[in-house]
Amino acid sequence: MAFNCHQRDDDIDEEDETPSKLPRCKKEMPGYFDNEPQNEAAAGRATPERLASNSTARHRKDSVKKTRPPFPWFGMDIGGTLVKLVYFEPKDITAEEEQEEVENLKSIRRFLTSNTAYGTTGIRDVHLELQDLTLCGRTGNLHFIRFPTHDLPAFLQMGRNKHFSSLHTTLCATGGGAFKFESDFRTMADLELHKLDELDCLVRGVLYIDSVMSSGPLECYYFEDPTDPDHCAQKPYTLENPYPMLLVNIGSGVSILAVYSENNYKRVTGTSLGGGTFLGLCCLLTGCSTFEEALEMASQGESTRVDKLVRDIYGGDYERFGLPGWAVASSFGNMMSKEKRESVSKEDLARATLVTITNNIGSITRMCALNENIERVVFVGNFLRVNTLSMKLLAYAMDYWSKGQLKALFLRHEGYFGAVGALLELLHPS
Amino acid sequence: MKSQTSAVESEDKFERIGGSSIGGGTFWGLGALLTKTKRFDELLQLASKGQHSSVDMLVKDIYGGSYGYLGLTGDLIASSFGKSATADKEFSKEDMAKSLLHMISNDIGQLACLYAKLHNLSRVYFGGFFIRGHPVTMHTITYSINFFTKGEVQALFLRHEGYLGAIGAFLKGAEEDNPNQYSWGENYAGSSGLMSVSPDMNPMQRARSGTFDMLEMDRLERQLVNLPLLQDPSSYIPDTVDLIEDAQAREYWLYCFEEALDGVVKRAVASQPDIPEAAERAEKFRQKYRHKLQTLRHQPFAYGSLTVRSLLDTREHCLNEFNFPDPYSKIKERENDIALKYYQKAVKSLEELSWEDRQFALVRGVLAGNVFDWGAKAVSEVLESNPEFGFEEAKRRLEERPWLIDSFDQWLERLKGPPHRCALFFVDNSGVDIILGVMPFVRELLSRGTEVVLASNSGPALNDVTNSELQILTERIAAMDPVIESALREDSLTLIQSGSSSPCLDLSRLDKVLAMVVRERQTDLVIIEGMGRAIHTNYYAMLSCESLKMAVIKNSWLADRLGGKLFSVVFKFLPSCVFGHH
Repeated sequence: MAFNCHQRDDDIDEEDETPSKLPRCKKEMPGYFDNEPQNEAAAGRATPERLASNSTARHRKDSVKKTRPPFPWFGMDIGGTLVKLVYFEPKDITAEEEQEEVENLKSIRRFLTSNTAYGTTGIRDVHLELQDLTLCGRTGNLHFIRFPTHDLPAFLQMGRNKHFSSLHTTLCATGGGAFKFESDFRTMADLELHKLDELDCLVRGVLYIDSVMSSGPLECYYFEDPTDPDHCAQKPYTLENPYPMLLVNIGSGVSILAVYSENNYKRVTGTSLGGGTFLGLCCLLTGCSTFEEALEMASQGESTRVDKLVRDIYGGDYERFGLPGWAVASSFGNMMSKEKRESVSKEDLARATLVTITNNIGSITRMCALNENIERVVFVGNFLRVNTLSMKLLAYAMDYWSKGQLKALFLRHEGYFGAVGALLELLHPS
Repeated sequence: MKSQTSAVESEDKFERIGGSSIGGGTFWGLGALLTKTKRFDELLQLASKGQHSSVDMLVKDIYGGSYGYLGLTGDLIASSFGKSATADKEFSKEDMAKSLLHMISNDIGQLACLYAKLHNLSRVYFGGFFIRGHPVTMHTITYSINFFTKGEVQALFLRHEGYLGAIGAFLKGAEEDNPNQYSWGENYAGSSGLMSVSPDMNPMQRARSGTFDMLEMDRLERQLVNLPLLQDPSSYIPDTVDLIEDAQAREYWLYCFEEALDGVVKRAVASQPDIPEAAERAEKFRQKYRHKLQTLRHQPFAYGSLTVRSLLDTREHCLNEFNFPDPYSKIKERENDIALKYYQKAVKSLEELSWEDRQFALVRGVLAGNVFDWGAKAVSEVLESNPEFGFEEAKRRLEERPWLIDSFDQWLERLKGPPHRCALFFVDNSGVDIILGVMPFVRELLSRGTEVVLASNSGPALNDVTNSELQILTERIAAMDPVIESALREDSLTLIQSGSSSPCLDLSRLDKVLAMVVRERQTDLVIIEGMGRAIHTNYYAMLSCESLKMAVIKNSWLADRLGGKLFSVVFKFLPSCVFGHH
């Protein structure tokens, strides 16, 4: 995977956006306080000067800059299983800006952008990076990083080591963890979180990412011919006029939202049978320990050995009610028999778990779509990450049981929308 | 609960609206894999002891508390098995089983709610073999339904859930025999009730039936229907007190029935003096009935709703099972003979009274006659010791007015108006009651020009008069009374079986012929007599025509409950309840 970041020093070819060519004093940049530990004394002395110079520089600041928060720009979503982090890397830093850039900010930027893995469990999804994005008057790349919530203490420790708190930026965070770990952020890393509702952020994030005109692949896609395994193909989809839509967020648990417009949505329902259930049950049944392992096993297994199908009970179709023989009558139904329990493999069990959870989500989603009168369903959440199996199953289930009325849509940035929404709240407070 | 959902519109119109593959098989299959338990009931037992919060990820595990913005409390399950994706810990079988139970019950509950919402239904019935009366399962499902519909949809369970398919198949097979002409009743003696819940609690039952439940149903040769005069048949509940809800009442009645057992056994044996093994059978009856009472003490809902009626009916079924179909048969005969001797004299002295005095005397006569009831604890003791307890004596001892419930003045006023077209009279005891109390009262109605339908039991219960006995009695009375004789002849007095073989009365399960006659004759007055039929049941029943409920309370606990004392009188006359008239 190509590194996407290079030292800013090399290509300063962007025009300085300020109207005058007066050198920018770092003290004039909003939020750039002179607070390196060794310079504390200097800061005390510098203050009166700063105020004076601020007043002369003020006319250069346009309205955007006035409300623009200081770097770094993060959006954070602390979920039940994963922490999703979105980081905006400015690519339009001028030479002066770079010179004045506080050391720890620089080091954070370099650390994040020059690595794709952090510690043992942190990952940057490079393939999801959005380049040349303009946010709040700045241009740069948006990076997508994740690590297990379990490792949040290590993250906090790192934040402490890099003196993140000295940057005095607001850290916008959403997800349950923003509430649960609020005090830990304070005590371990001296950081104050600006807590946001996860669903607000989710909706906001989805709508934003989809609207971004990016040179990369289209954000939204669907599966054509999901009922035909040989010809089932992933196709892009333009989500213009997206409303109303049913947004199904499959994380550790599942939330189902009906979105009517940018500012009008409601949480229809949720279910506790989600990604966490899949992983949890898989671990118990097969001894695996990661999501990737579980998916790998599932891809090798045969769920029909584990499930009891209609044909296992009827010897064929249950014609009276139009139930085909291959439909699952009872998930894990064959496991009531000791013999069958002993004859299935771990892979079969993993597959059956995946199929059961996925189909259940599909069922509930379908019923919600019917009740809310919505035909378009968008599935997001990290359960679907590298999980084509589930995506195709969902596409299939939606299509089949609704006789083609419902369309299942997917978004490339899967589980990051909450974090994006949090970032947006930082930049454009609602 | 296996995996199907159907919407039922009427008895034979239904539609399968959807299903789910997550059901009992999933619970059993996953449960067996996770806990290595082989038996379904064992799995449920494990679940009842587990703590699911060690396995499930709750909202508070993610939020550190509740998710206030959305009103999701901290204890809600956010992700089932969400904590088990770790190699660090072992999880106990009990905890995993509990988690699994929650997962599946909640899921089923949620889907049921989504379907209910789509089809605008407010009641969900759970059938299939998953639940089996296990409180923890029913509780979880009920909770789930309440949660997802905010209390708008009701979860209902069926005691014989697992048998529904089989029963249906049986009935279908019996179709040539036209099963719609029959009605069915549960036989409490043969049914095991909800046994699978606590296999350790009923050693006797266990030894007999092993690990399976039994359901015994009686096919009644005549069809049973609603009384057309019920104001609201869909909301009619016969029973006055719910012994499942009312623990104090339950405590009392279970004790009362247990205490009365000795007397009942003696009576049973005495009714078959020439048969040596009667004593043995009576003992078996005692064991069986006592066992049922004990089961009910621990599991009040084992046979469905628990009421004085069901306790009485269970006793009758058990007596029947051990071949004591009518232990009071000889007593009834004897008392009828004695009472018949007095009949003409009683009628003559009534005729000598003024109209108003006669109305009062007739009512007192019914009430006094009603005191003669072998069912009541207090009276049977007296009757045992003093068989000459006279009718006159009873009248004299009757409570002075005002009675506990006293609408006699309104009744008298009504009688000054036009005669009723037809009166339906549900009678009670044999002997003094029917002959010296009820018959003169009926005679008076007939002489006013009101037709009378006498509804009596189809089968014996305690010393209640049965239809076949009443036929004979009425013939004998007709032989001494021209009024009755001509009424019989002209059909203005008819005797019809009620369809019931109980000391109580369920107005929604009456003989079809009776219902038909009631309609044909445009019945505008219903009279219900006796504690079993007017107090234990139907005390609050609302009818669309005028009604009269008469009884003497012969149980001091019940009298006290109702605010009176032993032998208090209930005389409740209600004008018609049709909307707009009151």
